Amino acid sequence: MPNRRFWMMWFGYLGAAGLWYASVKWLPIASFRRLPDPFTVITEWLSPNPKYGISIFTHPYYLHILHSTYRAIAAFLLATLLGVPLGICMGWSRHFHRYATSLLGLLRPVPPLAWVPLAILIFSGTESAVIFVTFLVAFFATTLNTVAGVTSIEPDYFRASACLGASRKDILFDVIIPGAMPNIFTGLQIAMGAAWFSLAAGEMIAAQYGLGFLIMESYNLIQFPTIVIAMATLGIVGFLSSALIRMLGNRLMRWREQSLGFAG
Amino acid sequence: MSRINWRGAASVAGFVLLWELLVRFGGGRFEGIPTLAEVLRAFGDKYLTNAQYWQSWIVSFERVGYGFVASQLLGIPLGLLLGTRKIFHEVVYPVVELLRPIPPLAWVPLSILFWPTTELSIIFITFIGPFFIIVINVHDGVRNIRKEHLWLARSLGARPRYIFRRIILPSLIPSIAVGMTLGIAVTWNVVIAAEMIASDVGLGRLTWEGYVSHTATTVIVGMISIGLAGYLSTLAVAYAEKKLMPWRK
Amino acid sequence: MRMVSAATELASRASRSKEASAGGYLTIRNVGKTYDADGTCVEALKNCSIDVKAGAFVAIVGPSGCGKSTLLNMIAGFDTVSSGEIYMDGRLVAAPDLPPQPGPDRVVVFQNGALFPWKTVLENVSYGPVRQKVLTRKQAKKRAIDLLRQCGGLDAVAGSYPAQLSSGMQRRVEVVRALINEPKVLLLDEPFRAMDTVSKTTMHQHLLEMYRICRKTIVFITHDLEEAIYLADTVIVMTTRPGTIKHIISVTLQRPRLPKMLFSHDYLELKRQAAESVHAEARKAFDRGEREQA
Repeated sequence: MPNRRFWMMWFGYLGAAGLWYASVKWLPIASFRRLPDPFTVITEWLSPNPKYGISIFTHPYYLHILHSTYRAIAAFLLATLLGVPLGICMGWSRHFHRYATSLLGLLRPVPPLAWVPLAILIFSGTESAVIFVTFLVAFFATTLNTVAGVTSIEPDYFRASACLGASRKDILFDVIIPGAMPNIFTGLQIAMGAAWFSLAAGEMIAAQYGLGFLIMESYNLIQFPTIVIAMATLGIVGFLSSALIRMLGNRLMRWREQSLGFAG
Repeated sequence: MSRINWRGAASVAGFVLLWELLVRFGGGRFEGIPTLAEVLRAFGDKYLTNAQYWQSWIVSFERVGYGFVASQLLGIPLGLLLGTRKIFHEVVYPVVELLRPIPPLAWVPLSILFWPTTELSIIFITFIGPFFIIVINVHDGVRNIRKEHLWLARSLGARPRYIFRRIILPSLIPSIAVGMTLGIAVTWNVVIAAEMIASDVGLGRLTWEGYVSHTATTVIVGMISIGLAGYLSTLAVAYAEKKLMPWRK
Repeated sequence: MRMVSAATELASRASRSKEASAGGYLTIRNVGKTYDADGTCVEALKNCSIDVKAGAFVAIVGPSGCGKSTLLNMIAGFDTVSSGEIYMDGRLVAAPDLPPQPGPDRVVVFQNGALFPWKTVLENVSYGPVRQKVLTRKQAKKRAIDLLRQCGGLDAVAGSYPAQLSSGMQRRVEVVRALINEPKVLLLDEPFRAMDTVSKTTMHQHLLEMYRICRKTIVFITHDLEEAIYLADTVIVMTTRPGTIKHIISVTLQRPRLPKMLFSHDYLELKRQAAESVHAEARKAFDRGEREQA
């Protein structure tokens, strides 16, 4: 039975759409008129024979989605495989931490997107360059959150496992990894979101396929409804990937659910 | 152990050394890349005294300034409304959740179409990044305010206006601080890319031009400048945070 | 009396092993500990000397920040001593140049509870023997279930996570987790500190019963003088920082200890003797603004 919240939500959506429509059609500002209105966008998106060639029924649409998704996943996996172990080392060993913090602190302020031109020059190809930049963002988010996770573990757990006879390897698997998991997963979600953000930008600046590229291309070809379609798709895919990670985290950390009384 | 982080300095030195080695012996890929020494020299020659270079600093900073400040001025009240008024939350929050995952840069073409001037369209993009961040942070911050504090105030006879001003707002300072710190980093990220795409001045543009003209030196100078600018902004925000929350260690 | 059969089993197993009679004799000689973080020297312990006979129940009482937890960390082997030595059964276990060696011969039950939240009760209890490769996982689980059952039917919650249990049950599980390793010394760091009076009283009885039967050496840290006198044979009063031994009181009450003894003349007399000592130190600590170290 749909309750009040449900109706309010749709009221909100309708209101936003109405605002959009109104600002495009009725506001006396010339530049607003150039924006596409909601109806055009929706009909274009769902049409089997779209005017500008991109809709849920066309092949290129999924091609772009696939390209973007592939890049995002590749970068994300690389970032996780490198970032989590690095974060664990940094969190566990104070010496290692001192080595790494300065280096990371030096590289971190450089906005990832500023790396794009250099990356293209070094990697001599836009594909790797875009993945590299996306990787960088995700990497920092993952590493920092992992470090925070490890350092937040109560020292008593380390002591308990030591007096119960655990070796260093045991401590890694019995205390550090489970203890840091909540923070690691928060980091992964942030990394995924940041990855999409960087990816979109990277694609807009310098790629051949993908949703970011689609946005720029539609702009250049004056196919405005497609711009919005691509934007919306980016939003949806980004949201789904973060949600997937969150769900995975909840399954791996069943013990947390039961103690906190609600899902992650 | 003295204050200087010797280990850290060692790893930075190692990084610079690696850079040198890669450029000298790395082969084809790294051919056009200058070493740190070359970059510094080029900087001293071409940029240090170049008015246009410092002008790009100002331009980028201006955009960051306007966008960031606007995002906080609009975002904090919105977050407050979302957190305190139930009906407002039910109507508006779903829309916010829908728009939030869209990367700020994806808004660039729409922004260009929408706003009359390029400058405004870039500032709009700069605005979007930190805007959603601060809205979410303030909204979560309001929800986390301990009910006991509110009940206590009410049982002592405080009026809603007073509760708002003296309890809710101060409790939100940590959330706002976090939102601002995250926001400023995102803002720099966005402004650079926006400039690369759609402008002819600014630090991002400088870097892009270096790329287009295959002048790696310019690219690296641009990157370092951007990093420095971003770092300075982060320091400024951290300073403000420390002033607002003296009780934090 | 379910505790009886559990402890009997432990005791018979202990008597079968050769070192049973010599198990858990602690000698602490002139132990001192100085922390030196960022150049500021903090002397936490100074010249502590204690003799703990095998099978004795010793309580250490002191105000906040006096270093009792630090002393326990030294005994357990979590940290090195800055000066002095600690011997267990004649073997040197702590010295300034010896690296810290914690182990299952001196297991600790922690103040805020250190059951691994991400493992079930059963996994927690069977952890020690499995990690030390003393038992296979299957054997360890079986032994764990047996022990849990005998300690008041805790096997019913074997599949639960610690956070789902009350703090009393958590503490009992933690004690079982320690005992399954058959340690020579059981160290308890203010284990009942955060519990309400009723739960605390119940826990006292559980602990006393367990001690009655398996007679392990127990070192019990607390700030609660009444608890210390009620449970232990020897009460050691520590001064404020730098912590040193101020006063050693022999508790002459009979065993088994019963709640009605709390009102006996002997008990009150012991309390009177010790109270002034303890309160003087407590006042000093309060005036200085001492805090418990985390």
